[in-house]
Amino acid sequence: MIDFEIPEKIAGTRLVVETVAVNMMRPVSRYFDEHEHEIPWDYINFMHTATRAMGGSSMVPSEKKEGPRFGFQRLAVMVEMLSWGDAGIYLCTPGGMLGSAAVSATGSPEQKERFLKRFRGETPVFDAMCMTEPQCGSDTSAIRTTAVLDQEKKEWLLNGEKIFVTAGHKAMLDSEGFVVVWATIDKSAGRAGMRPFVVEAKTAGCQVLKMEHKLGIRASDTVSIVLQDCRVPFENILGSPEVVKDQATTGFKGAMATFDATRPIVAAQAIGLARATLELLKEMLAERGIIIRYGLPRQKLSSVEKEVIEMEILLRSAWWLVLKAVWMMDNGKPNSLESSMSKVRAGDVVNRITQKAVEIMGPLGYSCEYLLEKWFRDAKISDIYEGTGQINRLVVARQILGYRSSELR
Amino acid sequence: MYSFEPSEEQKMLIDAVSRYASNDLRKAAHEAEENKELSSKLISKGWELGILQASIPEAYGGFGERSALTGALAVEELACGDLAGAMAVGAPALFALPVLLAGSEEQKKQYLPPIIEADWKPYSAALIEPAFDFDPNDLKTTAMAEGDNYILTGEKTLVPFADKAEAMVAYARLNNETKAFIVPKGMTGLKIGEAREKFMGLNAIPFFRVTLEGVKIPQANLLPGDFAPVLDGSRVAVAAMAIGVAKAAFGYSRDYAKDRDVFGVKVAQKQAIAFMLAEMATEIEAIRLLVWEAAWAIDNKKEDASQKAYLAITGAIDMTMMVTDRAVQILGGHGYIREHPVELWMRNGRGFATFTGLAMV
Ligand SMILES: Cc1cc2nc3c(=O)[nH]c(=O)nc-3n(C[C@H](O)[C@H](O)[C@H](O)COP(=O)(O)OP(=O)(O)OC[C@H]3O[C@@H](n4cnc5c(N)ncnc54)[C@H](O)[C@@H]3O)c2cc1C
Repeated sequence: MIDFEIPEKIAGTRLVVETVAVNMMRPVSRYFDEHEHEIPWDYINFMHTATRAMGGSSMVPSEKKEGPRFGFQRLAVMVEMLSWGDAGIYLCTPGGMLGSAAVSATGSPEQKERFLKRFRGETPVFDAMCMTEPQCGSDTSAIRTTAVLDQEKKEWLLNGEKIFVTAGHKAMLDSEGFVVVWATIDKSAGRAGMRPFVVEAKTAGCQVLKMEHKLGIRASDTVSIVLQDCRVPFENILGSPEVVKDQATTGFKGAMATFDATRPIVAAQAIGLARATLELLKEMLAERGIIIRYGLPRQKLSSVEKEVIEMEILLRSAWWLVLKAVWMMDNGKPNSLESSMSKVRAGDVVNRITQKAVEIMGPLGYSCEYLLEKWFRDAKISDIYEGTGQINRLVVARQILGYRSSELR
Repeated sequence: MYSFEPSEEQKMLIDAVSRYASNDLRKAAHEAEENKELSSKLISKGWELGILQASIPEAYGGFGERSALTGALAVEELACGDLAGAMAVGAPALFALPVLLAGSEEQKKQYLPPIIEADWKPYSAALIEPAFDFDPNDLKTTAMAEGDNYILTGEKTLVPFADKAEAMVAYARLNNETKAFIVPKGMTGLKIGEAREKFMGLNAIPFFRVTLEGVKIPQANLLPGDFAPVLDGSRVAVAAMAIGVAKAAFGYSRDYAKDRDVFGVKVAQKQAIAFMLAEMATEIEAIRLLVWEAAWAIDNKKEDASQKAYLAITGAIDMTMMVTDRAVQILGGHGYIREHPVELWMRNGRGFATFTGLAMV
């Protein structure tokens, strides 16, 4: 039965998160935008304490239980609201982000317990995902980071360079966290040789180097990680060790399964930012006497009204795509198509809305007195990471056309 | 609790309707458009699916409960077969549903059973006016109280089946509000245009200009209820049909692109085309959810249902134009030839900015 009513349980969470967004994020949005690389500890500590108090441990939904499952729906709603508060600060949320998502999607039950339990501790812990390399981003099959098994010591030897690692600094230097490093165990096997490895903080041979300076989401650290003869225990390869011998595309499938879960969440982030922008825009217009007249034929609307109504349509419809994708996730339905659709649409929508909002407000939109210009800068990343708009279009296209990647590249 | 899956009952309905839409409507569409005629057998078969009958309570001759959402699911499928066919099958709803939504108990008892219990007969609605800034909430057609009667004056366009309709609902402004009036056939002053109106699309349906030259109708023919629920129901219906047309155009152009060779590969293997298709699919799904949400809001009597219905139709207008235009583009020159249906869908696609009032759920 089709239903658009937010489940009560999630509605409660949403209210709580809204308080956080209003009180702990908005007031410091500008500060952390202007002080790149400073860490919003107040927010982080609050979130950590609050999640612990509520008995939760991680942003990543827990395993199946009886009855209807809401984990990913709840997560999407939370992320939307946090990102409504501040997209950059949201990315500093402790307790499990992309790295944990990879552990969840590809790890064994033992591995999940071992790697994720740290999020339940006294202090906030972070994690990150290392896929992108200097020479390749979208084309993940071209990664060069290698993992070689040292049979004697039962250890993996990792070598390579990863860039653009979100929260890498916090995961490796500011907490006892970990990063998930995608490496190849067999270069000649291409995608089939890809495997995820957990590299924990303080592991010798793993160095955090450069911190990037960015267009937006400046509260979030983006770093390079260099692996030089970095040794990790044999058990840190995610998934059961047996898959090592099997030449199927298990490894790559693991990456894709991770994306199915994370793309709608990144899309939710875009939606939160887009909603913040549209709300502020409407408020600023209302202060100047412009109230949007819904219901009129377009011929009778002012161009500003037309723009705002179009934004509303884009925003709402994009949000439902996100919710549908996570609802499918929660219900165990394959959602690669919907997941990428939601990412494509949300990436487009947040950029359209933030760009138009700055345009409509003219010099006020361009001014740092308001957050519109910041949100415009924050928005662009949504069309880039977790698969660019183009890559997600490819995923959608392959699905609807029934093509393999070799048939449509 | 969120769910994006139709109920089992709705799935069965979707199934039955889509079988009729693809086996009957779609197959007849080209000829119907070219010959400007739909066969009555075809329409009757669609009527027998019982879409309208299932939205009317037993007390008035039907066997169900009106659900805008179920209606939206059904008309999307119908329109995916053929838009003209979909509108023709649904023509009695243009009369019955306003009576159900805005009529008094007596009116429902009087008017609904004869429509619902009989074979398909043409009924009509006269809402749209021939003005560029036509606004259903600010009609130029007026109703004036005069003794025990109302006098209707104004001009309407795009009135389907006006020549043969048993009765129509005509909309007019009364005390600055849009109200619906029952106008039986043959009233004095009710002037039906001599020739059918010609439009860019929907040629299979006979449309007429209708002039209300001081048509005097008894007070009892005013539907007392608000116009808003009627407008919402029409907006959602038309938006759902827009999705149906877009779905048809998307499916056809996708299949064509997978089959057509260019430069040694299938045209669908070119990103320029594949990305268009990906965006079409995404857009259709996004706006479909918006339409469902609006229909759901209507069924659940949400306060902002009207605004949602407005957003849904507004979004659907742009979506279906984009999708149908691209479908023609994907077929290239062949898309421009009337042997393929995509050019018809493009013509129909552009019409959704105008069609509110031509369907009801
Ligand atoms: C702030 C930030 C945070 C990030 N966080 C992380 C992180 O935590 N972990 C991580 O692993 N990565 C992260 N990334 C990396 C991000 O995922 C990549 O930048 C992204 O996947 C694109 O890769 P690229 O930059 O190498 O661009 P390229 O792959 O070089 O792409 C360049 C352009 O070509 C297009 N393109 C590429 N291939 C195709 C194709 N087949 N068809 C059509 N067009 C194509 C792309 O869409 C893009 O427009 C982050 C990046 C940024 C900027």
